[in-house]
Amino acid sequence: MYKEYLSLKKIEGPLIVVEGVKGVSYNEMVEIKLKDKIKHGKVVQLNGDIAVIQVFENTSGMSVRDISVKFTGKPLEIKLSREILGRIFNGIGEPIDGGGPIFNGIKLDVNGSPINPVARRYPRNYIQTGISAIDTLTTLIRGQKLPIFSGNGLPHNQIAAQIVKQARVAEGEGEFAVVFAAMGIKHDDAHYFIKAFQDAGVLDRVVMFMNLADDPVVERIVTPRCALTAAEYLAFYENMHILVIMTDITSYCEALREISAAREEVPGRKGYPGYLYSDLASLYERAGMVEGSKGSITQIPILTMPNDDITHPIPDLTGYITEGQIVLSREIYQRNIYPPINILPSLSRLMKDGIGEGYTRADHPDVANQIFSSYSKVQEVKALSQVIGEDELSEIDKKYLEFGNAFEYRFLKQSFDEDRDVKESLDIAWEILSILPKNELDRINPKFIDEYYRG
Amino acid sequence: MEGSKGKVIYVNGPVVKAINMKDFKMREMVTVGEKKLIGEVISIDEDLGTIQVYEDTTGLKVGDDVISTQKPLSVTLGPGIVGNIFDGIQRPLNIIFDKSGNFIKEGIGLETIDKTKKWYVKFTVKEGEYLKGGDIFGIVEETPLIKHYLMVPPNVEGKILEIKEDGEYSLDTILIKLDNGQELKMYQEWPVRIPRPVKERLPIQKPLITGQRVIDTFFPIAKGGTAAIPGGFGTGKTMTQHQLAKWSDADIIVYIGCGERGNEMTEVLEDFPKLIDPSSNLPLMNRTILIANTSNMPVAAREASIYTGITIAEYFRDMGYNVAVMADSTSRWAEALREISGRLEEMPAEEGYPAYLPSRLAEFYERAGYVRTLNDKEASVTIIGAVSPAGGDFSEPVTQNTKRFVSAFLGLDRKLAYSRHYPAINWLSSYSGYITQLEEWYRQNVAEDMLNLRAEMMKVLQEESKLQETVKLVGEDVLPDEQRLILEIAKLIKVGYLQQNAYHKEDTFVPLNKQYMMLKVIYSFYKFAKEAVKVGVPISVIKNSNHFYKIIKMKYEIPNNFGDSFDKFINDISEYFTNLIKEYEGD
Repeated sequence: MYKEYLSLKKIEGPLIVVEGVKGVSYNEMVEIKLKDKIKHGKVVQLNGDIAVIQVFENTSGMSVRDISVKFTGKPLEIKLSREILGRIFNGIGEPIDGGGPIFNGIKLDVNGSPINPVARRYPRNYIQTGISAIDTLTTLIRGQKLPIFSGNGLPHNQIAAQIVKQARVAEGEGEFAVVFAAMGIKHDDAHYFIKAFQDAGVLDRVVMFMNLADDPVVERIVTPRCALTAAEYLAFYENMHILVIMTDITSYCEALREISAAREEVPGRKGYPGYLYSDLASLYERAGMVEGSKGSITQIPILTMPNDDITHPIPDLTGYITEGQIVLSREIYQRNIYPPINILPSLSRLMKDGIGEGYTRADHPDVANQIFSSYSKVQEVKALSQVIGEDELSEIDKKYLEFGNAFEYRFLKQSFDEDRDVKESLDIAWEILSILPKNELDRINPKFIDEYYRG
Repeated sequence: MEGSKGKVIYVNGPVVKAINMKDFKMREMVTVGEKKLIGEVISIDEDLGTIQVYEDTTGLKVGDDVISTQKPLSVTLGPGIVGNIFDGIQRPLNIIFDKSGNFIKEGIGLETIDKTKKWYVKFTVKEGEYLKGGDIFGIVEETPLIKHYLMVPPNVEGKILEIKEDGEYSLDTILIKLDNGQELKMYQEWPVRIPRPVKERLPIQKPLITGQRVIDTFFPIAKGGTAAIPGGFGTGKTMTQHQLAKWSDADIIVYIGCGERGNEMTEVLEDFPKLIDPSSNLPLMNRTILIANTSNMPVAAREASIYTGITIAEYFRDMGYNVAVMADSTSRWAEALREISGRLEEMPAEEGYPAYLPSRLAEFYERAGYVRTLNDKEASVTIIGAVSPAGGDFSEPVTQNTKRFVSAFLGLDRKLAYSRHYPAINWLSSYSGYITQLEEWYRQNVAEDMLNLRAEMMKVLQEESKLQETVKLVGEDVLPDEQRLILEIAKLIKVGYLQQNAYHKEDTFVPLNKQYMMLKVIYSFYKFAKEAVKVGVPISVIKNSNHFYKIIKMKYEIPNNFGDSFDKFINDISEYFTNLIKEYEGD
């Protein structure tokens, strides 16, 4: 359906309205020809002979005349082959690294389709990240979606980079690659990641989709979809293990809100559209593994919680979709602890099936459970000690404070270059748990206490 | 009205408007566009009809056809449902998989249970008998666990003119011809939005035994009752629902995964065929029906999934079964209502939800009940709905309105979840309205004093929460020993009783008689310890005693078929304290 229309009815923010159209289909791609360049958009509403088009790039400089709109008859597709490894694309999947277009390969619709639950393989293999707090307490499983809930100025980028650097796939288990989607992040952040990938020696195994802070906002809606389509291609057609890093989900949601407002939709919480949940789900649910393919897609979305508020709609809805979360704490970071992971609200929903005997070590589930329980007790003791003073605490409460300190400075804290084996992490866990008397360890099977307790 | 066709004039996500719709009926099922997407008419305004489409509308054009199917959105009810997994409009996901591979594409068409598969039918009626709605005319062994009773549809009756002999037939075969020309097959269709009729509703009589201590002992759910499990993310809603689906003593489980994670449905699909039902020793999948509309599947089908699930549940109830429906999560269903309402540009009420949210919730929960069926059997549908409040805040509209229509409320607590106290059901904010109705049952089937013990334990927990306020200010050490004892006993209840380990083979399911004995042990310890404290035994002696730790570990160490282990344990405790008290009295 190659039809061109020569004038617009209306231009409003990121939306343009074309009148008198025929045979246009919902969600199809549109090319908008200006004097000097071509912009892209997609049909977001059809009403009689009127089509509302959302333009990915900026609409400034457009006029209702001197313009031609061409309907392509297809949703947005990108061309994919192994050649995309090591390449850099813009937010709508066009190469921007000067390497020329991708010639060979297949074209896939960036919107993807939901994975049939009967076709999924349940994720069970853990990925060792070398970070004690993650490996021991919120274990990352291959095929999982585990976001980092962060705040502005917190070291989420370093943690993501450290995971990329240290996460390994065991020998003979297939190829590993990273897909990186940048949505509205700063140029320095983008450079940081490129350099981190370089240092980790994976640069030729990274596919980057860049929509930076000064790039068109609307394009941001498609950026993660292009990235995930590339990830699906590499995982399910090429049988590779893919780690997808998407940052920053908050910018993505803000772009969604901007468009929703322009379309005058009924807003939900904090002005975000009512379909924010479904929309985020259409990204996050693209993680996983499927029957008939050896590959996997593991997602680490990064989001900055506005005002560090975990109940804000973006982290809130994300938490309801993803399989856990890693929450960073400003308070811990201010005490000069890296990685500043607040373990209490952090969680990995899939770890139960990927740890313990046959995976990590038999005592792992109990140890994790005990640390959560004891560290939560530490918080109570700390609150008490602020009221009555540390000296007035009972002996056992003092032990808890000591445990809390050891947890933060011995177990949690590690350097950016420190790669700890999961067994090493578990040994450190026993070292600090042994500060507490044996009978306080009520979550651990006595058999393991006999084996590992150092008292 | 054959051949009436509408023309699409408007497309916005799942909402499509069409003209030339005069001949269409409200709530009628239609197909839209070249791909024949499935939709439902949700409003008619003269010539203009609004349709919600259950599949992705990408590619739909203005001018596309809307074709009538002449029937409302219905489910096909017959053998082949149990053990199966369906999407929100009862299309089997494995058929979708055969047709479109790993990913769900639109335009699959209206598929349902396999009508060509043959089942062995054993008839229970003879030629000449008079059949009315709800009567059973044959039996099919659907799974080793479930006998599928073939029933006359509620609105059909007549004398049997012709009947087939026992044997293997496919669903499409006409099995019985009635004198008024009506025919009976192995299946019937029923519109999802209309509750199936029953003879009468009966009062609640029995608990739904779940094997979860905090539920069975403290906040019981009744067969035919309703319960809500609200909780922020990460508090263990799905975990709790899975535990209930695995262990509750219902005959049939309908698990509706409404707007939740794909991997969770896969987990059920992988785990349930391996898990063994304690009462029958057969895999749990033999009694389980799954409805999956994961969060990335079309939102309109999410709205329908709840109704599809409950209608299937009612059908099995009509056979005389006790059915439990787990809806995870009703909030996603409410959000689907909101999303569609928004696209229809309806006037929003609270937080953007449509004004009819409370009435829809009420209609849904009221489909639960303990009933006498048309064929005079006692049966029930129990509904357990998870609620996912935004920001974990229970004052939001879905939680608040749900609270109005359910009798048991199991509030999950973020703080408990953070310290990995699972199930994270808050014992202070939760309640069950079924205690008085079930009192008699507990008295007769568990023990006379079961509910008294429960009350004593609740009292300890209440007092402890008050004492904790003081402890936060001045520390534990300054409290008198009687009060410190309350704190220690509360710890026993919390760690030794309320916490339950879903991954431990003894602890994942605990029968009521073991629950009772555990309560009795804790209570005996409490009673003796109180006396001991009175005669001056220091609290540290009590809490460091071997028995204290044995109580905490008893859930793991004393097996479910415990013999006289508990009696011995209580004797030990009694002996220990008698000696201890003597020692201190002597001073």
